[in-house]
Amino acid sequence: MVRDGRVLAAVVASQGTLHAEYGGVVPELATREHLRNWLPLARCVLAQAGVLPGELAAVAATRGPGLPNALMVGLRAAQAIAFALERPFFGIHHHEAHLYSPWIGGEPLRAQFEQFEPNVSLIVSGGHTLLVHVAAEGQHRLLGGTVDDAAGECFDKTAKLIGLPYPGGPLLDQLAVGGDPAAFPFPRPLLNEPNDDFSFSGLKTAVRYFLRDHPEVGRDPARRRDLCASVQAAIVDVLVTKTLRAARRLGVRCVTASGGVTCNRALRGRLAAECAEAGLRLRLAEPRLCTDNAAMVAVLAERLLRRGCAPTPLDAEMLPSWELT
Amino acid sequence: MVTLISRSPDETLALGRRWAETARPGWVIGLCGDLGSGKTQLVKGLAQGLGCPARVHSPSFALVHEYAGGRLPLAHLDLYRLSGAAALRSAGLEDYLLAPAGVVVVEWFDRWLQAQMPLGTGPLRRVHLEVLSDTERRISYVDLGA
Repeated sequence: MVRDGRVLAAVVASQGTLHAEYGGVVPELATREHLRNWLPLARCVLAQAGVLPGELAAVAATRGPGLPNALMVGLRAAQAIAFALERPFFGIHHHEAHLYSPWIGGEPLRAQFEQFEPNVSLIVSGGHTLLVHVAAEGQHRLLGGTVDDAAGECFDKTAKLIGLPYPGGPLLDQLAVGGDPAAFPFPRPLLNEPNDDFSFSGLKTAVRYFLRDHPEVGRDPARRRDLCASVQAAIVDVLVTKTLRAARRLGVRCVTASGGVTCNRALRGRLAAECAEAGLRLRLAEPRLCTDNAAMVAVLAERLLRRGCAPTPLDAEMLPSWELT
Repeated sequence: MVTLISRSPDETLALGRRWAETARPGWVIGLCGDLGSGKTQLVKGLAQGLGCPARVHSPSFALVHEYAGGRLPLAHLDLYRLSGAAALRSAGLEDYLLAPAGVVVVEWFDRWLQAQMPLGTGPLRRVHLEVLSDTERRISYVDLGA
């Protein structure tokens, strides 16, 4: 729920009381639960914000990309609310919402578009690794993306090979603290290619062979820390180097990052250091807005409403494979 | 049971392209094999062979990627994050296997079988990919169903 850029309420189904009901099933995967959850969640948001349904000016939902079953529930529910209230509906591109999430901040949380400037934006999560040039608000162009695995997926899968439980990415981040990132030289795929694409599948395979040839490293706590730090350095190195290279090439003075992997401390630290050195401003999405959330969807929808953009038809279909262009 | 040896990622890709030539609507291909055994590479070949213009990347996180624009639509499922019957059921993917629209390829298919999830009656190819060396993979498959 957003009013004049201020986030009045934001609720995630995987949090708090709803969480206990799942009994081990990862909530975001439980798409069948969406149907059961969306109404209690919508009521919860209205109550927290102290807003009555009739006071809403517009309704928004993610239209894509994503899992069809999950998208369908949210889209149709939002369209039905908009129809009943006779208000405009906005079907939002999930990645476009991520692009502007670094511009939401402060306490209380609000959109800070007065601070916006043209940027190169890295969206990096379990499912996506995208580099986007945002030339102006509402005007963006996809520069590149992963050709195989996403960066977050690489974190989780290499962590699994190292023997960490799923999702291993955050654990790998913790174990890497105090490890030597230069201990083992892992490949930096596509680092020197003259494009803005990423590839992480080969790194996963490299870790697999490394552990086959050096099984003792996985068992020794100190060397395991070195291994985690080295794997993490390889992923972060490629992400940061290619992001900054694109920023320099396009002449922007600002870099932004969002998506779940933006919570990774090595990535945050390295982006901060390199941007400072290059004289670039850095806007990182706040940790609570890095992962998927409805606040960024509502913020973008309100901007579209204010700019006078055409609403999405109430019978518009979901777009599970909607690509950012 | 057919057994092949792939000596490089390119050969695995080419195998996927060849399989696409004989693909017909309703075909389900189940892939089993360790991380890095070439499952996604095989799917890339399938997509190329079907003429899907989109870039194939791993659906481990998204669970499903659908690729249109080719001779047949291709649905690319990945059960990596779904262990156990409860997780599989709550993900709601049954329709892809029971009523496949085009070609449906499923990574970590063994999880579907272990959880005794339902299967359709159409043609099914069960594929095992095995890492032999840094570059070599043993790919064996058996065709079942109609």
